[in-house]
Amino acid sequence: MTSIITLEKVSHSFGNELVLSNVDLEIEQGKIYGLLGPSGSGKTTLVKTIIGALTPNSGKIYVENTKMPSLKKLNDIGYMAQADALYEELTAKENLDFFAKIYGMDRLNRKKRIDQVLNEVDLFESKEKVVENFSGGMKRRLSLAIALLHEPRILILDEPTVGIDPVLRNKVWDQFNEMKRKGITIIVTTHVMDEAEKCDQLGLLRDGRVLASGSPTELKDQTHTRTIEDAFLYYGGVNS
Amino acid sequence: MKIIAIIMRIIQQFIRDKRSLALLFFAPLLILILTWVVLDQESGNIAITTVDLPEKMITKLEAGEMQLIEVDNPDESLREGEIDAIIAFESNALQITIDDSEPSNQQAVMMQIQQALATNQNGVPVEIEKYYDTEIDTTFEYVGPVLIGYFAFFFVFLVGGISFLREKSQGTMERLFATPIRSWEIIIGYLIGFGIFAIIQSFIVVLFGVYVLGVPLQGQLVLVVLITLLLALTALTLGTLLSTFAKNEFQMMQFIPIVIVPQAFFSGLFSIDNAPAWVEWIGNVMPINYGANALIEVMIKGNSIGDILFEISMLFGFSLLFFMLNLVTLVSFRK
Ligand SMILES: Nc1ncnc2c1ncn2[C@@H]1O[C@H](COP(=O)(O)OP(=O)(O)OP(=O)(O)O)[C@@H](O)[C@H]1O
Ligand SMILES: [Mg+2]
Repeated sequence: MTSIITLEKVSHSFGNELVLSNVDLEIEQGKIYGLLGPSGSGKTTLVKTIIGALTPNSGKIYVENTKMPSLKKLNDIGYMAQADALYEELTAKENLDFFAKIYGMDRLNRKKRIDQVLNEVDLFESKEKVVENFSGGMKRRLSLAIALLHEPRILILDEPTVGIDPVLRNKVWDQFNEMKRKGITIIVTTHVMDEAEKCDQLGLLRDGRVLASGSPTELKDQTHTRTIEDAFLYYGGVNS
Repeated sequence: MKIIAIIMRIIQQFIRDKRSLALLFFAPLLILILTWVVLDQESGNIAITTVDLPEKMITKLEAGEMQLIEVDNPDESLREGEIDAIIAFESNALQITIDDSEPSNQQAVMMQIQQALATNQNGVPVEIEKYYDTEIDTTFEYVGPVLIGYFAFFFVFLVGGISFLREKSQGTMERLFATPIRSWEIIIGYLIGFGIFAIIQSFIVVLFGVYVLGVPLQGQLVLVVLITLLLALTALTLGTLLSTFAKNEFQMMQFIPIVIVPQAFFSGLFSIDNAPAWVEWIGNVMPINYGANALIEVMIKGNSIGDILFEISMLFGFSLLFFMLNLVTLVSFRK
């Protein structure tokens, strides 16, 4: 197994609050890795350190053997933030076009790829619409489209399916599996248990610590439980 | 090019943001018009009355620009504001009583009286020569150049600062940090994108001030635009810098009384020639001080670029300093 992302003893505090505590993680290439944890457990903080938007107080992070933060490596990473960060005055297409330029895509490729990702997230019809007038779910989908845009080898998605209806959510997960087959590594954060079941590997996060990691089946077997939820509660009980 | 992508995006965004557009382009004009309405009054229409004045002097006064009025009770008329001054001749001396409850009166009355009586006094002809030959006779024309600079500064500071701030509060700045763009590319892109609007604003404000409101222009127009633009650039870099210390639009507004209003005191609108040294020292760190000075040099005194090199380099220096500080704060935020 080759690990594509490695975290070594990553710790970070905001003021006095220890948000990440000695996190060690190995994420394998071509897998869907789920970060599961309750609200405030540090999922967002963790993925921000991986993309290098946040430099942790201590610890080391490597993406494909490059130490983060690294601007160059960001060319290989697609990121979807938890809060939609979109230019509200611009249309969906203009938002995509801007990011495509920032990733240095050439004109021809840009146009083709923009239409492609718009279709993938079901926004093709609304591409000329100003984002201000988008619904919450539409904004979410546009954020996802931006993350996919430059065909990165690694996708880091912070709660990608929040506010997306079940039908489209299934479609999105089919896409994730499709991309996985192409060798793309996907990291998703979630607190939805049925989504956790769909991941190849899971990291259970609480209070900034990784309680356990492994495949959903492994985690359930180890704790002799039938659901991820129970497994989570088991680890939480043991560790607290 | 990533910088061009940012510039294009800012232009697109700004063109759709009609409010900010109006604030940048029309608000300065509106305020200029308002000050013009208030301040563009010639200091004529001064009414005086004379008491026991020799006939010779009265004729001279009548030849001047003042209105001579006969009243029964000069003191009472002065109190009621019917007349602005009384000129009396007592024991071989001129006694002038002025209604000094109105600030502009005193100077105007003295000037008019001096002008009227100066000529041919003691048989020696007196000629008053205006050094800069400005033909300025309203307050507005004196302060116009300063106002042009001040309002250009103010609105660019506000609009530029707030839109940079919005990048932060919308999360789009952090989103950009997750892309392979360099911090300096973000700032340069921002400055150029906004700079384009600042250029347009400078042109609009200067042309409107000079050709519509009649602010005097003795020197070259391009110099005026250059100075205004440099002022706007300083305002832009300062606005974006301070916006990193504000959490929301309201906090950005709080910088106005701290940063913008005090600059008015050092803009040349008020004389600080006789202020203590430390006040003058404060003026030295106010960008508007240099901008206003340069504008007066060019517009009123008709000087050329050689005379404002110092002011121009100071403004440029301020912009550069603020730009570097912007870069430092953005890089530190990225961590
Ligand atoms: N910029 C910040 N300044 C101060 N504290 C912060 C900051 N960002 C996060 N925190 C704190 O760090 C902790 C973890 O936050 P984080 O956003 O990583 O949680 P999360 O697991 O993503 O939660 P959620 O599921 O609600 O998104 C929280 O207690 C939060 O208050
Ligand atoms: Mg989160």
